[in-house]
Amino acid sequence: MSENRSLVSIAGLTREKILYLMEMASEFERHPNRKILDGRVVATLFFEPSTRTRLSFETAANRLGARVIGFADPKITSGTKGETLKDTIMMVSNYSDVIVMRHYLEGAALYASELSPVPIVNAGDGAHQHPSQTLLDLYTIIQTQGTLENLNIYLVGDLKYGRTVHSLIMAMRHFNPTFHFIAPKELAMPEEYKQYCDEHGIRYVEHEDFNEDVIAGADILYMTRVQRERFSDLMEYERVKDVYVLNAAMLSKAKPNMRILHPLPRVNEIAQDVDNTPYAYYFEQARNGLYAREAIICDVLGITLEDIKK
Amino acid sequence: MKREQLMVAAIEQGTVIDHIPSDRLFEVIRLLHIEELSSDAVFIGYNLKSQAMGNKSIIKIANRFFSEEELNQLAVVAPNVTLCIVRDYEVVEKRKVELPSELVGIVQCHNPKCICNNEPMPTRFIVTDGVVKCYYCEKEQKLGSVKLMAQ
Repeated sequence: MSENRSLVSIAGLTREKILYLMEMASEFERHPNRKILDGRVVATLFFEPSTRTRLSFETAANRLGARVIGFADPKITSGTKGETLKDTIMMVSNYSDVIVMRHYLEGAALYASELSPVPIVNAGDGAHQHPSQTLLDLYTIIQTQGTLENLNIYLVGDLKYGRTVHSLIMAMRHFNPTFHFIAPKELAMPEEYKQYCDEHGIRYVEHEDFNEDVIAGADILYMTRVQRERFSDLMEYERVKDVYVLNAAMLSKAKPNMRILHPLPRVNEIAQDVDNTPYAYYFEQARNGLYAREAIICDVLGITLEDIKK
Repeated sequence: MKREQLMVAAIEQGTVIDHIPSDRLFEVIRLLHIEELSSDAVFIGYNLKSQAMGNKSIIKIANRFFSEEELNQLAVVAPNVTLCIVRDYEVVEKRKVELPSELVGIVQCHNPKCICNNEPMPTRFIVTDGVVKCYYCEKEQKLGSVKLMAQ
């Protein structure tokens, strides 16, 4: 078995590795179409549907010149006939040079990476990890702020279940951030992540209020969706559902460099009138997914920044 | 013999497990399948006075020796018991049964959405400070409340 270059979690990435992948993504932003994977096959196995992530990975593979195989709908796979994940991975690894997988079970990508002779890219494993989302978030932060260092990052909405915000905290530990956690009590940042902040010297402030004064100091305002199904107490949901909605009027005191990010899809947590403000950056953020994923696919295949620049 | 000393026959060969917390004794009996031993002698002391523990239990089993895997399971249920191996009426080995830093195939993950509960694979846990963390889903459990894999 070759050296395992899989990307399954953001937690294990060093500061140097993150910055290296950022530089690679930046190179792809300059020139997204490079046929460096000509003759290679990328498998995209989506055991759980995720149109946005799949399209982004498949576009990345296509722009690199690779062929794409796989499935977007788990109903058509042999998993429904009782095939184990192990068997599916062993079978597909015979055909492809890299496997991008999305799975509804936590730890599925790590397990697959232990079995597979070809690298695995985790495109989301349940509520656990989604490292390509985090890398595209980091790339967007660099793109808008010019740096990852010493930023004030405000996380808003569902901080309890939102894996994107948890992974962002882990990735930012290298860059001296100050986090502000803005959430209703029932969806507050879990103790384990606050403990993680304490252990890594990350400053954080918690808020329940969400208004123009609270967010005035933000460099990045990272919005997430407050979902009804997350609440055990529906009265509580009714009370808070409109509290964590951002509208244009709330941006009156925002810093000029502040940008609003959102992993998408949004429902109503960002009002439409925000889209036309200079602060809205979520659609550009989604585009960055392409560059970040081109970088990830190349890196797990052992293709270096120098190779790309050739 | 002092009056408070216990009257327990010596064993020619076998295992003595000492310093079992009394509230864990019956779990240890179940775990080691002691109730299934049909011909070998077993002595069980329950709620005995102990200077170090206040209260302890002890099991003495003739003609039985335990594998490392069984001892690792034992360490999860009852950390820091003392194990004595007896041969020809002599204690030939005496040691604390300590938890290894990693438990493979022993503890059940309490997360139903963890891959290890859904694939034919051994569970894997990292042990730190009274807590075990699933290697795959990273969910933590307190050591005192873990469930062992079905035997």
